[in-house]
Amino acid sequence: MNIVRLALRMLAREWRAGELRVLVLAVLIAVAGLASVNAFTVRMHLALSQESNRLLGADMVLVSDHVPAARLIAEAQRRGLATAQTALFPSMVSTPQQSRLAEIKAVSNGYPLRGTLRIADAAFGADHPADGIPRPGSVWLEARLANELQVAPGGSIQVGYSQLKVAAILTNEPDRGGDFFNLAPRLLMNQADLPATGLIQPGSRVGYRLLIAGESKAVESYRNWLAQHLERGQRVLGVRDARPEIRNVLDKAERYLGLAVLLAAMLAAVAILLSARHFLRRHLDACALLRCFGASQRNIVALYAVQIAVLGVLAALAGVALGYAGQMVLAGLLGKLANLVLPPANGLPFLQAALAGLVLLAGFSLPTLFALRRTPALRILRRDGMAFDALGAASYLAGLAALTALLFWQVRDTRLTLMVLSGMGATLLLTVLLAWLLVLGAGWLGARSRGSWRQGLLNLRRRAGGSVIQVSAFTLGMLALLLLTVVRGDLLNNWRATLPADAPNRFVINIQPDQVAPLQVFFRSHGQAEATLYPMIRGRLTAINGHAVNVAAYADQQTRRLLEREFNLSYADRLMQQGNQLVAGYGWNSANAAPQFSVEQGIAEKLHLKLGDSLSFDVGGTPVSAHITSLRKVNWDSFRVNFFVIANSSLLKNISASYITSFYLPAQQSDVLNEMVKAYPNLTVIDVSAIMKTVQDMLDRVTAAVQFVFIFSLASGLVVLYAALAATRDERALETALWRVLGARRGQLLVAQVTEFAAIGLLAGLLAAAGASAIGWALSSEVFNLPYHFNPMLWISAMGLGSAGVALAGVAGLWGISREAPLATLRAAV
Amino acid sequence: MTTPINTFILRAAGVAKQVALNGVALTILHPASFDIRRGESVAIVGASGSGKSTLLGLLAGLDLPSEGEVWLDGQALGSLDEDGRARLRGALIGFVFQSFQLLPMLTALENVMLPLELNGASDARARAQHWLERVGLAERQRHRAQQLSGGEQQRVAIARAFAVKPALLLADEPTGNLDAETGARVIELLFELNREQGTTLVLVTHDTQLAGRCGRRLQLRAGHLEIGA
Repeated sequence: MNIVRLALRMLAREWRAGELRVLVLAVLIAVAGLASVNAFTVRMHLALSQESNRLLGADMVLVSDHVPAARLIAEAQRRGLATAQTALFPSMVSTPQQSRLAEIKAVSNGYPLRGTLRIADAAFGADHPADGIPRPGSVWLEARLANELQVAPGGSIQVGYSQLKVAAILTNEPDRGGDFFNLAPRLLMNQADLPATGLIQPGSRVGYRLLIAGESKAVESYRNWLAQHLERGQRVLGVRDARPEIRNVLDKAERYLGLAVLLAAMLAAVAILLSARHFLRRHLDACALLRCFGASQRNIVALYAVQIAVLGVLAALAGVALGYAGQMVLAGLLGKLANLVLPPANGLPFLQAALAGLVLLAGFSLPTLFALRRTPALRILRRDGMAFDALGAASYLAGLAALTALLFWQVRDTRLTLMVLSGMGATLLLTVLLAWLLVLGAGWLGARSRGSWRQGLLNLRRRAGGSVIQVSAFTLGMLALLLLTVVRGDLLNNWRATLPADAPNRFVINIQPDQVAPLQVFFRSHGQAEATLYPMIRGRLTAINGHAVNVAAYADQQTRRLLEREFNLSYADRLMQQGNQLVAGYGWNSANAAPQFSVEQGIAEKLHLKLGDSLSFDVGGTPVSAHITSLRKVNWDSFRVNFFVIANSSLLKNISASYITSFYLPAQQSDVLNEMVKAYPNLTVIDVSAIMKTVQDMLDRVTAAVQFVFIFSLASGLVVLYAALAATRDERALETALWRVLGARRGQLLVAQVTEFAAIGLLAGLLAAAGASAIGWALSSEVFNLPYHFNPMLWISAMGLGSAGVALAGVAGLWGISREAPLATLRAAV
Repeated sequence: MTTPINTFILRAAGVAKQVALNGVALTILHPASFDIRRGESVAIVGASGSGKSTLLGLLAGLDLPSEGEVWLDGQALGSLDEDGRARLRGALIGFVFQSFQLLPMLTALENVMLPLELNGASDARARAQHWLERVGLAERQRHRAQQLSGGEQQRVAIARAFAVKPALLLADEPTGNLDAETGARVIELLFELNREQGTTLVLVTHDTQLAGRCGRRLQLRAGHLEIGA
């Protein structure tokens, strides 16, 4: 017997009847979503691994917060390795009309050792590989910087105390992070010009890099030698850890996008389950008939398995095609942020996504299929008492296992898998429970009301199972939407609202001691009398209570990095400054008070410090020690200058410091800055609002990417809705026909239907709004420490749109039925 | 019994059926024994709920008796598993149902081909076409079940039943869903083909006139079988 041929013929018929489209759509969406996200991340990984030398600009890099010792370079050269050096720091650069913050990179001959610099003769002109580095006396600018300064190749700009010629527009720098990691545009200059600029002063934060390249064995042996000679504040990067910041972000993106797309896959699984059950339930008679004709159980399973498999493969293929387009969208949104040339994705992620879709399909349809196999042939003669035996919970273990496997494969982390699984399980359970209560409540209300809508409400309870599924599916879909739109907007607005309108928007750093007095005069004459200048000294924490600091003893990565770097210390005659609050101990009020430290509460917790502990710092070779006499709470959101550790003046005032200040500059006064930078070229002005805008832009792109992935979830949610509606469609059709026979007018029917659907949408909206508010509140108070504002619009829009949307969709789905002659429906239903 | 087994297409010995309903054992069919010879036509008659369909189900092996045994073409149905009984049905039995039971997504022709294909017939299409011609529906073979009238649907079902050359034709209230005139024509067709093919016919009906056309009748009253002439 040719079961396959029969299956295909039945499939063709079924397809035309439209029954299977839900199943196909669900698989298609799951595959497309998974393929989009996974192919995109695979491309990012490929880019990272294929170009890791280029991304490093070398085979190995020594990162240092001070100039690497000459003997390290000499040793590399002795081993026949090529070397080059870079120094990176932010500074103001200016023309007579404009001044801008730039990320300056001073490089030595030979840079980059791997990859190439590319330059152009004009901003946005055609570029070509550069021959070497900028000659002494000249610089290369990124197009953005040239534009902002309104300077072109051939012109000149002020860098610190030097006047340098703009020789070219820099278009590509192999070891540069993407937009994501650079707050200011690049200026590339020759290392030989650096001393004359006077930009490197005590207290300047400069990142030094020693680039090493050569034969891989020699690089490896030098790396081993270097490991023995590392100083504090130095670490080695190899090709494997090139661009840790990209890997970090990529890791996170992979996880979050992966989780977002899993939501789509899970909803798709629900849709598959619903539609598979519906499809197979409609085929009970056919199965019974086939049993009468002598089909074996194997025949039955084969007949439907072939149909489902063919559908699955077709849907997966379509999903892969859609996923291919999807990953291009993601690459467009996020690829640029990391300045990576993304190689095309290989076939693997697409194949995996297709397989995942098929596994979901199998996991959620096979249990039903195996139940179908047991259809009693007698059903054909006696319909009574031959109800389809409900599937035991055990049957769904296959589906659950498929989902868990998929989840694990996507996040590759057992703990996270369990967390997500239990989190989603709890959410689902809670949603279903609440939906159930609401459905019962609506039924109770229906029983106590009159008119056509009474029937609508009663129907909710009569079809309680279906109603609960529909309400839950909507709730989850709407919750995702609300979180991405309303809650996100609310959080941003609440945060902005906590910032005073005159919060400082400019920071000035690198102020030298001899510039303090003239600058104070300058500020006063320009209406910035409030601007306080704080001394800032860099020091490395060497010991706590006399014990040398052991970085490895701290588990927290952030704390470790903090200890590796130098602290910004300050000192004052009087302890308290604006935005600070004493939470323990006593401050000091005079310049002559005994040497002591005041420590910020948060950092004290991280370093396990308490009142009375003694801290020892190494400040430019000078050891400085004192006890902690107070802990402060700092409002970091105030955008004022703040310090983790502040000393009494008597402890630090003899050590040379640079000064820092912050102030609010109205937009129309920006020429004040030009004047200041012209008078004091070594100053660095950081425009907080520009940085905020850059951050906002990045956030927008990331949000756009997440929203894009949520489109798949939304689509899945709609398919679940459709599947849930389709599952009750036959019943509704019969009911509608009976109503018509009993003399119901179309208007009455419509009222009843609209009531039922609108109630479903309303309940889902209510639950989604409650969930979104709860999550918004938790994020505000627990994560971001923001006051939470109740947003009535969230509830109104969720319930309004929910009820209107579902009512429209539901009534549209039944439109044909209520127009049909009742007899046709009744006859078809017999 | 001295008659060779082969003489009987169906034998029932002490066949009874009980079901548990809300914990109470309910006897639907009291023990009944009878034989049906090849080529015979037998009517099972009785009022609604007298156990007619239950008996038919047991004879077709769609269900197993609580007691007793049914032999179909000499094979004890109780000794076969569900798939074994399905195979036997496929090989021996043609069905005609009260509600026609055509698959709605298939055309008339495909409906007739279905059991043939399940039995692995290589000439399924030709045979199906032949039988649709025999029931006078050659022109309608590409129409789907829903596009056919009740009488037409039942004729397709008859074509489907005879197409497999069954040794035994089981008909459950074949005119139950048809008006009198259409029903009469369908019955004519059924008996004509039955005569021509030499098939054994067992039909369930509460229509005494229809029962009268059969060679023998088995009367069911509240689960008790009374064997008539």
